[in-house]
Amino acid sequence: MNIVDRQLPDKKSKNEVSLSAYTLLFSELIQYNQRKVTHIKELERRLADIGYSVGVRLLEYIAWKDKGDKYLKRETNTVRFLQFIAVTVWKLLFGKAATLERSMDKKEQFMITEDSTLVDKFISVPKDMQGLNCASLVGGLVEGLLDAAEFPARVSTHSVSVDTQKTPRTVILIEFNASVLAREQKYSL
Amino acid sequence: GMSRYNTNLQQVANNTWNKIDKINTELFTLTYGAIVVQLLKDFDSVDDVNNQLEKMGYNIGLRLIDEFLARSGLGRCRDLRETAEVIAKVGFKMFLGFAGTVLKMNAKKGSFHLVLEDNPLIDFVELPAQYKDTLIYNNILCGVIRGALEMVQMKVKCTVKKCPLKGHDVTQIKVVLIEHLTSEIPVGDEF
Repeated sequence: MNIVDRQLPDKKSKNEVSLSAYTLLFSELIQYNQRKVTHIKELERRLADIGYSVGVRLLEYIAWKDKGDKYLKRETNTVRFLQFIAVTVWKLLFGKAATLERSMDKKEQFMITEDSTLVDKFISVPKDMQGLNCASLVGGLVEGLLDAAEFPARVSTHSVSVDTQKTPRTVILIEFNASVLAREQKYSL
Repeated sequence: GMSRYNTNLQQVANNTWNKIDKINTELFTLTYGAIVVQLLKDFDSVDDVNNQLEKMGYNIGLRLIDEFLARSGLGRCRDLRETAEVIAKVGFKMFLGFAGTVLKMNAKKGSFHLVLEDNPLIDFVELPAQYKDTLIYNNILCGVIRGALEMVQMKVKCTVKKCPLKGHDVTQIKVVLIEHLTSEIPVGDEF
């Protein structure tokens, strides 16, 4: 049967797998890539690349699931699209929204933050990989979404210790290309 | 009888499913797809990719069995038939969200087939023509079953018999019992 003839999944049905299945897969992904790199940053890059290819393909699926037939108009406003990511996408993938923040001094800089990241919640980083930020996969996913929606940006994932909790918060830093801001200014109402 | 046993397994499966943390299927499907793509880039031959997928599955299976036994509360299976039913009805449901069925149970030959009508690994996936005949996209499942069963002292060989990506209507995996193992701990992860 041709892929386009297959029935689309019921949009309302909650398509879920166990977090454990994802964690086990993710863990094996990390193990596999660890043997191919010499630095932790290289490993984070590889995880981000995986996340990127997920993000690029995810956009179409999510837009379909979220708006259905109303998805004909492509989102072009930066802040609205970031809200879409931090709220709609995050709720769909991880069950709850993240926080969107904007830099005070840099117009092109935004942050998506969350207290903990679901995909690496149960990943235990071995001692010889201390400092590895597995959430890099999610940062890559955000970059993929942004690229697919034509909001090119530099995206990096950071781990920030805070007093209020034991484990560090995840901060995904987004810095839009100048072209995005220029376009926004040109077409803003 | 068998149907009452199956109903019980279904209950165990549903109860377990209701208790566990979950994550969006698409994320899972796309992450797996990205891993396959990465392997196709890293390895020269598709055979090597198939082997690597199986090995990764094996490593996952070694870890998965503990969680499975703990969460399901199920004890040791009495025979191969029970093992098959437990994998299909409880195992698949608990991890992939969909239960499977057992076909061609052959206690004498020590083999059975596991059938999945819904398989989150392959949703929306289409194999490029160049890989359609050679890539065993589901091979990770073969490894998972092999690794998990090895931890309960069963050495098995698994092969994918049917796959919707190749035009079949279901995912079907044949499991053959090679031998029962003595209590040897497996050496460790395969690379």
